[in-house]
Amino acid sequence: MNIIVCIKQVPAKDAPLAIAGNWIKESDIGFEMNEPDSYALEEALRLKEKHGGEVIALSLGPERVKQTIKEALAKGADRAIHIVDENFAQLDPLGSAKTLAAAIQKEKADLVLTGLQSDDHGLGQTGVLLAGLLDLPHATIIMQIEVADGKLKLKRELEAGWFQHLECPLPAVLSIQSGINKVRYATLKGIMSAKKKEIAAMSRESLGVSVEPTQKIEKIYVPTKTKKTEFLTGTPKEVATKLVEKLKFEARVI
Amino acid sequence: MKILVITEQRQGKWNNASFETLAAAQQIAKDTSSTVSALVIGKGIAAFADELAAKNIAEVLKVEDDVLEAYTADGYCVALKQVIESAKPELVLFPHTYQVRDFAPKLAAMLGKGMIGDCIGYRNESGKLVFVRQMFQGKTAADVIFVGAAPWFASFQSGAFRADLLARHPSGKAPVNAVSVTVNAEQIRTRPLDLFKEAKSAVDLTQAPLIVAIGRGIKAPENIPQAEALAKALGGEIAASRPICDEGWLPMERQIGSSGQTVAPKLYLALGISGAIQHVVGMKGARTIVAINKDANAPIFEIADYGVVGDIFEIMPALTEELQKAK
Repeated sequence: MNIIVCIKQVPAKDAPLAIAGNWIKESDIGFEMNEPDSYALEEALRLKEKHGGEVIALSLGPERVKQTIKEALAKGADRAIHIVDENFAQLDPLGSAKTLAAAIQKEKADLVLTGLQSDDHGLGQTGVLLAGLLDLPHATIIMQIEVADGKLKLKRELEAGWFQHLECPLPAVLSIQSGINKVRYATLKGIMSAKKKEIAAMSRESLGVSVEPTQKIEKIYVPTKTKKTEFLTGTPKEVATKLVEKLKFEARVI
Repeated sequence: MKILVITEQRQGKWNNASFETLAAAQQIAKDTSSTVSALVIGKGIAAFADELAAKNIAEVLKVEDDVLEAYTADGYCVALKQVIESAKPELVLFPHTYQVRDFAPKLAAMLGKGMIGDCIGYRNESGKLVFVRQMFQGKTAADVIFVGAAPWFASFQSGAFRADLLARHPSGKAPVNAVSVTVNAEQIRTRPLDLFKEAKSAVDLTQAPLIVAIGRGIKAPENIPQAEALAKALGGEIAASRPICDEGWLPMERQIGSSGQTVAPKLYLALGISGAIQHVVGMKGARTIVAINKDANAPIFEIADYGVVGDIFEIMPALTEELQKAK
């Protein structure tokens, strides 16, 4: 089973964000693998261990993305495709998906996996759009994958504690829910062997994709507060005393 | 402008976020002199259509077919594409549900269009509609506009608009128009099977008046007993944001947020929780929210009544002690 995993690199979770127009200042912050995508990668590696085949990590983004690609290779992906695009933060979801779809089309994949959503834009559209563009069946928010008789049997999460089983033929696109598995760490051996693995770099132009934006982020900003927060300060003990007093006599909830 | 709201029902029950989106559509319509139509899709949906007709809208579109009885992304996309092509709305609005996330972006793409998903509001800037959504896990907001010709697609986050503000039809009922679509069974490639809940949870957090919730800030499973001791001193239940349950540090049934439970307790004490949207939708209805976080810019403070910027590992034991004294 050949599996392509789409992996995005996003600002590190604890990175202090400085706003610059409609994006953030990238110069002083660290980046990491989008956490939901790490679950998709892990699921791909487990499927490969069970059913054989190859795992290809696919990532779109500037040069810095290489670091995340190397992490995917160190964890066990066999090879990688990097669509180099210095301006990719400005792509809309359809533009990103069209670019990824063009690279996927050049491969013979049985399965395309994505994480549920990205920790930066957070639109959660890539998997569903890829299915549309590649004309493949898809399912989202997947909590369990079984492969039998050339078909997938899936467990999909719905809201409020509900789940659904569904069957899906192959090839297919799945977006993976976080928490589906326990993500592995790269081993030293993995890190060493990753150095010999192939990273095919290409541009959107070389894939013959032109993108017309359908939406545009005009600006980003610190959200306006909807509530007036009363901040309590002091030593931990002072804060605790004040808080208990507030909860008892002001909010009257304890 | 013609606005079309795609409502959602499953197995004879509304997804109530549908009415919030309908309320949003009425508000946009008022602001932009537009009309609102509401669409219901499925099988055996006459009662749903009737209920929609009592709202202040121009018409109800009823899309009914045997193959649409159970939701499938393929079935919904094929059917709704035909409806949008014939009804020609400029703006198509959805509630941002798990089901909508599963098909709506593809539906838009089939028409060559994009979708602005998970919006929390909008502004009408002299005729230009600006949609507001969150980015970077709620750390920033973003103003997003559509580029290019209609139809435009957008979804609204649950809780962004108030369903109780939905206006009723002023003079009886809006017309219900059945729209016929052609969906062949072989166009539906996935096969939906049983809907189910996991083994009954031992704890119903929705009934808990006092909740102590932990997030990534708890750092390691061995720190959880500190939070549990605090919950015990308070007489409350322990709960968590998704990453904690993903790690298996607390069982999934303790999870608050869009994929877990939605709660509205008297007191919600958030420890080391940043306040990503997916968590906030599950607890923003709490009467009093206390947030303790080392990051002064954490979005959780936007909705907190009381905030403490500090180290939870210093404050948890101090607070536990104070609560024990206060008893």
